[in-house]
Amino acid sequence: MPEQVAHTSRGVPEAQLVRPRTPVVKRFRRIVAYRELLVGMTRKELKVKYKNSVLGFAWSLLNPLLYLVVFYVAFQLILGTAVPGFPIFLLSGLLVWNLFSTGLAGACSSVVANSGLVKKVSFPREILPLAAVGSMLVHFFLQSLVLFAVLAIVRWDVAWSYVPLMPVALIALLLLTGALGILLSAVNVYLRDTQHFLELALLAWFWMTPIVYGFMTIQNHAKWAVKLYMANPVIPIVLVFQRAIYAKTDNTKIPPGSPGREILPHWDWTGYAAYLGYSFAVGIVIFALAVWVFGRSEANFAEEL
Amino acid sequence: MVAAIEIRHVSKHFRLYHEHYSSLKERMIHFGRVPYEDFTALNDIDIEIETGTTVGILGHNGSGKSTLLKCVAGILQPNEGEIAVRGRLAALLELGAGFHPELTGRENVFMNASILGLSKREITKVFDEVVAFSELEKFIDMQVRHYSSGMYIRLGFAVAVNVDPDILLVDEVLSVGDEAFQRKCIERVARFQREGRTILFVTHAADLVRRICDRALVIDHGVLVADTTPGEAVRTFRETLQHSGLAEPTVEAVEAAEAAEAADPTGEVPAIGAQMTASATNRVQITNVVIEHPGALVGRHWLLPDEAMSIRVSYHADEPTDDLLFGIIIHDEEGNTIFGANTKIVDVTVPVADGAGEATFDFEHVPLLDGTYLVTLAIQSTDEGTVHDWHDQRYQFEVMNPGRVAGMVSLPLQVRFNTPFAQHPEGTA
Repeated sequence: MPEQVAHTSRGVPEAQLVRPRTPVVKRFRRIVAYRELLVGMTRKELKVKYKNSVLGFAWSLLNPLLYLVVFYVAFQLILGTAVPGFPIFLLSGLLVWNLFSTGLAGACSSVVANSGLVKKVSFPREILPLAAVGSMLVHFFLQSLVLFAVLAIVRWDVAWSYVPLMPVALIALLLLTGALGILLSAVNVYLRDTQHFLELALLAWFWMTPIVYGFMTIQNHAKWAVKLYMANPVIPIVLVFQRAIYAKTDNTKIPPGSPGREILPHWDWTGYAAYLGYSFAVGIVIFALAVWVFGRSEANFAEEL
Repeated sequence: MVAAIEIRHVSKHFRLYHEHYSSLKERMIHFGRVPYEDFTALNDIDIEIETGTTVGILGHNGSGKSTLLKCVAGILQPNEGEIAVRGRLAALLELGAGFHPELTGRENVFMNASILGLSKREITKVFDEVVAFSELEKFIDMQVRHYSSGMYIRLGFAVAVNVDPDILLVDEVLSVGDEAFQRKCIERVARFQREGRTILFVTHAADLVRRICDRALVIDHGVLVADTTPGEAVRTFRETLQHSGLAEPTVEAVEAAEAAEAADPTGEVPAIGAQMTASATNRVQITNVVIEHPGALVGRHWLLPDEAMSIRVSYHADEPTDDLLFGIIIHDEEGNTIFGANTKIVDVTVPVADGAGEATFDFEHVPLLDGTYLVTLAIQSTDEGTVHDWHDQRYQFEVMNPGRVAGMVSLPLQVRFNTPFAQHPEGTA
């Protein structure tokens, strides 16, 4: 519970300070203290979203299924991309991407959308973008159910040794999405068209992430270009999910040595874990930066809204 | 005594943009040349509020009082200085307390209370009380967007007072809602006072401050101009109002009066005062009026309740005139007559007027409370058929009440109990 509750003894409670600036560490501690509110806000986000819709949560199940059908038709049937079990490959990466992109989009507009609260009540405002990401996490789990159902139906072989990496990757993803979400939500208060820029940026970002194509297909490009490409912190997370769920590193239909045979890197799980460490590092840096930026701009939220 | 709220040298500045650009596109176009003015809403405010006191903040619109409250609530951050708050704080600012329109009343209560720092269990415990207080039993499962503004406020207040706050911040909310609910709120505030909680509230209802506050602050243009007893603060507040010209008749009022006068020939009935003034013969004229009271000697230009007052009326008659009657009317600010008399009623003989003369109206004591009072003076014939001069509501005096009784008239009051000798509960042994 929030630190304020320390008063119940009616003794002398610790003073809460309202200051021009609160240090990042303190802000972070405040967010943690309000974790129960985060859960409540997440629930609220979901409730508001589905308040007036008949299908409710079914929508979030429909979304990956629809993607599945569209991409299957486009790539497998029309373009003839001959990756075996392409829908499984696609969905394992898309799962990650959907959480990332919808989380960011929701977080970006969260402060503006909740202006009523921001102007009237005091709480760590970072909760708002985090709750937006949180509500998308619920969708993520629902969409996972769809995927798991498909896996069970087609009796897909999962790479069990990589499965324990998945929750770690999920945490990295939440950290990254939350951090960027906090940053964008603050910027969006001052520059309201951030939401639109984000849409464009996410479109480019999507194709810069190996979701529709395999990670290894870019490896024959110039070394510096590959390095630059690999700086995308979403890639390690996507790779872990693909490696664990899709489980195949090679397209066995193509003979060894021929281009296009390799889909995923042949690393053992420590290799994947090491690359995932990079995502964590980026996530932590952006999170600290985001909370700092948020803290500096928060002072005028109530007026700007 | 520990301070519940310590406001240390707090300043808050706003940038007022003439045009607000809130998109990247617009900002790029107008880069570096967006005109703005710096506006200081709070200027070095330094206040300590002890635990268990009720403090009112008075100030006219735009004085910075609401900004200060928002800073204390943590909704705005000051640019300089800091505020230390000890204990759970519940704030009621403007309409509602931040409800989400799409959620039902019930869901909003849970949300709101959790923002105020209650756990789910704690909220479940007080939920029925919240609903009972708000009197919204029938509507609690309805989406809040269908609520009327009164219902909104009621629910907001109900949550704020039932989350067991140590400190309650209230901004003008007590003046909304129907009378019954207002009474209920004030009762609850009184209970909070008895329970030793701290209440800080912003208002321009001077009467309320006098009634429930232990102490009052006056903020004018972002500066703390008074930090004193409620009565004293109300007086300062009235003075700052006059200073800023807000108590003077507004342009609209003057224009309306002129328009009314202009409309006179068209047959509309003008105010009686204007009629009287218009029909005055001016044979005997009021030349000067002085309102005297004991405080004037020490430079105080307002009366205390029940002080003596004399109104000296100098007059001049161009030719000897008899059959005269001097009249006086005292009005409240709205122009209602609260006292009227003349020389005939009080049975005083008026001497023949010839040249200069002076009449003095002595009031042994003026049993009025707070307010600005207007005085009409008139000289007429004894049958009141002829008006010689009529100064309609042209003079004024002020009464400032340092005490805590409310209203307009100072009625001497004593309270007695006439019950049989009650046995003291512990006295049985």
